[in-house]
Amino acid sequence: MNEVIKKIKETAKKVQTKINKKQKPEVSIPIRSLSNVNYDPKVGYFELKGAKKVRALTVNTIKSFAQTLKMMTLSKQVVEGNDMATKREAYYVSKNWGDARFNEQPESDAVMDDIEAMFMVNREQLGFVPEEKGGDIAGALTVIDKDLTTGKEIEIDCTKFGSGAYSIPSSVEQLKFKTDAKFILAIETAGMFQRLVKHNYWKKTNSILISMGGVPTRACRRFIRRLADDKKIPVYVFTDSDPYGFMSIYRTLKVGSGNAAHINKYFCVPQARFLGVTPQDIIDYKLPTHPLKDVDKKKIKDVLKNDPFVREHKEWKKALELMQKMGQRAEQQALAAWGLNYVMNTYLPDKIKDTKKFLP
Amino acid sequence: MQTTLAEDKKEITHAIEQAKKQRDISISEFFTKNRHLLGFDNPLKAISTTIKEGVDNALDAAEDANILPDVIVEIKQTTEDRFLVTIEDNGPGIVKEQIPNIFGKLLYGSKFHKLSQTRGQQGIGISAAGLYGQLTTGKPVKITSKIGKTKPAYYYELHLDTTKNESEVSKEEIIEWGKNHGTKISIEMEGKYQRGKRSVSEYMKYTAVSNPHARLTLIEPDGTRIDYPRGTTDMPVKPKEIKPHPDGIELGILINMLKATKSKTLQSFLTTEFSRIGAGTAKKICGLANLYTNARPTRIAKNEADNLLQAMRKTKFIAPPTDCLSPIGQDLLKKSLQKEFDADFYTSIKRTAAVYRGNPFVVEAGIAYGGSLQGDSTAEIIRFANRVPLQYQQSACSSTKSITETKWKQYGLQQSGKNIPVGPVVIVVHIASVWVPFTSESKESIAHYPEIIKEIKLAVRECGRQLGKYIKKQRKVKDEAKKRSYLDKYVPVIGEALKELLDLKDVDERLINENLKNYLERSRKL
Repeated sequence: MNEVIKKIKETAKKVQTKINKKQKPEVSIPIRSLSNVNYDPKVGYFELKGAKKVRALTVNTIKSFAQTLKMMTLSKQVVEGNDMATKREAYYVSKNWGDARFNEQPESDAVMDDIEAMFMVNREQLGFVPEEKGGDIAGALTVIDKDLTTGKEIEIDCTKFGSGAYSIPSSVEQLKFKTDAKFILAIETAGMFQRLVKHNYWKKTNSILISMGGVPTRACRRFIRRLADDKKIPVYVFTDSDPYGFMSIYRTLKVGSGNAAHINKYFCVPQARFLGVTPQDIIDYKLPTHPLKDVDKKKIKDVLKNDPFVREHKEWKKALELMQKMGQRAEQQALAAWGLNYVMNTYLPDKIKDTKKFLP
Repeated sequence: MQTTLAEDKKEITHAIEQAKKQRDISISEFFTKNRHLLGFDNPLKAISTTIKEGVDNALDAAEDANILPDVIVEIKQTTEDRFLVTIEDNGPGIVKEQIPNIFGKLLYGSKFHKLSQTRGQQGIGISAAGLYGQLTTGKPVKITSKIGKTKPAYYYELHLDTTKNESEVSKEEIIEWGKNHGTKISIEMEGKYQRGKRSVSEYMKYTAVSNPHARLTLIEPDGTRIDYPRGTTDMPVKPKEIKPHPDGIELGILINMLKATKSKTLQSFLTTEFSRIGAGTAKKICGLANLYTNARPTRIAKNEADNLLQAMRKTKFIAPPTDCLSPIGQDLLKKSLQKEFDADFYTSIKRTAAVYRGNPFVVEAGIAYGGSLQGDSTAEIIRFANRVPLQYQQSACSSTKSITETKWKQYGLQQSGKNIPVGPVVIVVHIASVWVPFTSESKESIAHYPEIIKEIKLAVRECGRQLGKYIKKQRKVKDEAKKRSYLDKYVPVIGEALKELLDLKDVDERLINENLKNYLERSRKL
């Protein structure tokens, strides 16, 4: 029997037994926050500590308890039927549950997250997929997927998309790869990705370019992880020089997040290294800057104090303190101040010459 | 300079003539100039003041004669801005000879110096209303009165002769009146009739609350008849007159009393003219004031009187007797609220008597809550002084201050800061005293004496606590209902989900639903 189905049935059985013994049924869910994670660079990702919240079935919690069980039945149906449901679809399915229906999608998403955490699996394993796009790929890579009608293997050559790109699917576990690329460059903005694709940067450097479009999706993180593990390629990350780029994007890609701590194991890329733009780059490359916003200042203060990742890596602590002192941030595109292709001809070659200087 | 005898005589004559003229002008002019003090400052208030005076008189008269009052108030519109206001009672009636005097003389007659709880501290009586009517419409005051079953009913039409300050009878006849006894007075006047806040119907309703022994009827200009039934057939206890208590006395009054007394000695003056002074205390006061106990009161000089007053101030007295007060009563107040307000919960309290500046007073309070009372507006505050509703100057009143300084959230009502609480609630405050301290001449709000505020707060808060208990209980009942509906909704969902997850049979599902429902119903935790 499928692992997930087994877990679902075990939980349901426990609830039934408790009810029939006229005792209080309960389920326990790990607490998902930065305060409940450990970071050890040897492990490579944020690991959950033990703290759990127990959700007991009382009059007050009966609605969400009922919804949780109903969501588990949906998961069972989908997994057994070898089907899948998007998060939005799951929300609409609930409209059929009478009074237990969800009023807004965030409610059903939260219940889904709870089940994920309860079973320590990811939602794809539960049969649920997100709406969001996984990310775009261009460069020296061939992805081996299956033809959905014939089931035969097909090869997708990521060098053949011209000015376009290959889109990472929402589920990536079945993919295989062929490549001789020297490195993967994960890029924050679609604009920067476009520029590098247009000027065949990947061809010149024999690399794979990935556009994350902000915070990388789970599929994107998993794709990079599998590719990098499989083919033993280094991963370089290129974001704006601001706390959002450093923490929300880079750190999430590398070690996961507090909120999804139960699944970081699968969705981290421990081998990722930070290419830039670093606060030191702002000085070295004399980049035009903007003053830090209040949220940025707050975020820096917060991560310096609370983020286990920053606490572990002195280089990051220094970089953030430097930014704090400057009070300035810079975007990837600021490099265009020195010419549109400065980034390709000067900045990236410069940086890649000495990868030891990358931030951990 | 010397004046001749003739000149002198001429001047005297002139002065007398002048005085006559002054007198001529005085009454109507006094009235016109002081309309606002008497409650006739606008057409709206003119009608309500007239009704107040008439109803007060009617209630007082019936109570004096130990008759349960039946009072009918009728307002008819005669022209666009004129109304005929009629107040009819079942009181003892007025003897024929006295009827003309009621109008002319009442302007001077007053309950002013009596030290007992009376209604009549409002304005200067129905005669002022009659005068207002005559000044604005030229119409006479019409009075019908009958004093007994075997006596005829007399009908009078009276004009006030402002020159002589006397009434002139313009019509007098015997008529048929299907009543054993009573009085009916009709005055036509310029006015305006409105409903809503501070309206006549509000006044009648409030009066019905504070006078549960009275049956009131209001017939509005459009013919609408509103009945305010009696809540009890027990007459209120008649308040007794009392002598002044030494704690509240002032120098001027003391000097007047010394001059007017029939007592031969200071000691007997003190013991007979004041309450709560015995022979021993009287001697002590005289000693403190350095005066002989057998000194003649009429010969006490002003500075000696002052010494006497100081001596009285230094002396401690027993609180004044309280049988001079006639509160509504805790049970009757609650009954009155039940009768006049459609609510779910009622409570009331009567405090024991207290004293401010030597004047005894009693505070009563009541609360009605829920039902058809309006829920999203501020509480309706009903204030009474000696059973008379106070409809104006709410914010200046001790009662309002005491209510806004009470924390109503702890009693389950909404309240922002020190404001009137919000909710479907009526709060009643009654203060009964031989001397109600009003903030101004218009006598619409009670002055801020700490002793009075303290009593009102205690009374209102006791009612608040009762209300709080009720609201809490209601919430619990509501929560229970919510809990039950929750169980009905979601227990079957859990049964259904478990059935599907574990491939159970219908019988297993039913067992789960039953057990879960039992378990949750037993759990008190919400």
